[in-house]
Amino acid sequence: MIEVKELTKIFGTNPERGVPLLRKGMSKQQIFKETKLTVGVNRASFTVNEGEIFVIMGLSGSGKSTLIRMLNRLIEPTSGHILIRGEDIVAMNDERLRQLRRKQMSMVFQKFALLPHKTVAENVEFGLEIQGVPKSVRRNKARESLQLVGLADWEDSYPDQLSGGMQQRVGLARALANDPDVLLMDEAFSALDPLIRKDLQEELRELQEKLKKTIIFITHDLNEALRIGDRIALMKDGSIVQIGTPEEIMIRPADEYVEKFVEDVDLSRVLTAAHIMRRPEAITLDRGGPRVALQLMRDNGISNLFVVDKARTLLGVLTADDASQAVKEGKRLEEIMIRDVPCVTPDTLLNDLFELVGTTRVPVAVVNEERRLKGVIVRGAVLGALAGSLRSNDEGGADIR
Amino acid sequence: MSKLPIASIVESVVDWLEEYCAFLFDFLALIIEGTVDVFSAVFHFIPPLLLAVLLAALAYRLGRWPLGVFALAGLLLIQNLELWDGMIDTLALVMTSAVLSIVFGLPVGILCAKRPSVSNVMTPMLDFMQTMPAFVYLIPAVAFFGLGVVPGVIASVIFSVPPTIRLTNLGIRQVPAELTEAADSFGSTAGQKLFKVQLPLAMPTIMAGINQTIMLSLSMVVIAAMIGAQGLGTEVYRAVTQLKIGEGFEAGLAVVIVAILLDRLTQKAIKTRGKSSK
Repeated sequence: MIEVKELTKIFGTNPERGVPLLRKGMSKQQIFKETKLTVGVNRASFTVNEGEIFVIMGLSGSGKSTLIRMLNRLIEPTSGHILIRGEDIVAMNDERLRQLRRKQMSMVFQKFALLPHKTVAENVEFGLEIQGVPKSVRRNKARESLQLVGLADWEDSYPDQLSGGMQQRVGLARALANDPDVLLMDEAFSALDPLIRKDLQEELRELQEKLKKTIIFITHDLNEALRIGDRIALMKDGSIVQIGTPEEIMIRPADEYVEKFVEDVDLSRVLTAAHIMRRPEAITLDRGGPRVALQLMRDNGISNLFVVDKARTLLGVLTADDASQAVKEGKRLEEIMIRDVPCVTPDTLLNDLFELVGTTRVPVAVVNEERRLKGVIVRGAVLGALAGSLRSNDEGGADIR
Repeated sequence: MSKLPIASIVESVVDWLEEYCAFLFDFLALIIEGTVDVFSAVFHFIPPLLLAVLLAALAYRLGRWPLGVFALAGLLLIQNLELWDGMIDTLALVMTSAVLSIVFGLPVGILCAKRPSVSNVMTPMLDFMQTMPAFVYLIPAVAFFGLGVVPGVIASVIFSVPPTIRLTNLGIRQVPAELTEAADSFGSTAGQKLFKVQLPLAMPTIMAGINQTIMLSLSMVVIAAMIGAQGLGTEVYRAVTQLKIGEGFEAGLAVVIVAILLDRLTQKAIKTRGKSSK
């Protein structure tokens, strides 16, 4: 949908002379030393797919704000191309560019950038007002758009009567009112309180699922990037160092820089049950009794065993104590297995596993929608994952002791 | 080293202008005289008592009752001192030069904000206009326009326009970059950006500049009495030349009352605007 090719921004006098130096592989620092030119963005190339949230993440000074502003040419690129549905934005004349900004791309700003002298509804209408849409039509559009962000009752208020989170919803509603294909969000949630920020992140995901907009989102917060991004591009010193899904970035950082970033991340909000679960040992109900179960546990050095049917649908769990008791008393598996097994799905976040793992006597089973047994969560694995050791997850066993 | 011929250069420039640009000056004179006449006709038409009450009511509405009381008392005092006609003439001159200053100053201020090069040229010119002793403007003004109201207005426009230009420039530059970016990002034309975003947000600052302009033009209008601009200044000037301390004080007092009224009224007008937009 959007294809960015070798997009470069250099600040200074006659910035074009810096481009060949970059091609030669000189670093930002070297170029500044020799030419006094400042490289803002160094040959960034990436593709944004239709309907995805593409996060560009980097620390301040990494060039991410410059990069996003080049996409709608608030900042003129020094060289490179930006193709939107095959058309090069860099080559557009003023009139075409204005049309692009009016119809195809809207922006949401870090400090909201609402007009203080206009009401909420007038702010949301702003993009349409500029296009010359008649008052009644654009008011309706504005109402629809405010509805989407849950601010329908506030249309006659002024921005300074709203909290930060609400103001940014207005900013979002304003961007949506134009019904653009692409939303550019520049640190849109960075000025908000952590809790409000989280709410908005979730709402953005929901909105995106509903509206299927293509969103390019800038942030300096890796947690935010991981939470909302379908794919993430990491920037450093004006260059993109890695592009990948949140998991790829977490598990296979491209270089030390990314690794350092990832270190500080709250893994519990990124990793899911699927990442840490182990291959479960299970006994099929019809194929053995307590004796077989005990043998299996002994062989694997574990003290619990799942019970499944032929289709590997989870039926219950068996403890070693109960099994040996059953052998003595001659009971059958159905009688002694615990049917109330704590279950999670593979995409459950680690964060939501803590309590479950901490309080249950029996292992936590990972099952899919059809209740097929997929894995087991071992308490040690949860802690291990948080400590950063995400190695082999095929050691088997369902030991929680 | 002999004295540089600055004086004679200025004089020859003035001569040249007088000879070749006379039509322009005539045209300007026509506009200015017309505007002054309209203002003074309107103010003279309203009976003093009614005007005093109207202004007091306006002051009360914009400010609070002390301002209303002051307006009424002050204006009645001026009427009592038989300085009413002079005050009306002064007001007409001030209004005319304020209007001209705004008409000229606003666009120049906007241009300065949009183009750094214009701003670079204008800043020293504005310094020059404001610091050059005001009397000096009177001489060429008389040369071009003769004695009377017109050169008075011209001189006071030159003297009082800088604050409007400066503060318009400043006000527009102070509009947060994110807001102008927002205007651009939604596809505004330059004009839409100016009228829908920059000017409304700069308005309080611009109004402060206009307030300053009005005050400066009042002070200049009084001085312009020396070249025959009628008004309170004439009374002051006469008292000075004839050493009539008491009359001089009366006329001076009237100027002070007008000044305070103009200042408070314009300031309150700014604040009320600010409030209504919240």
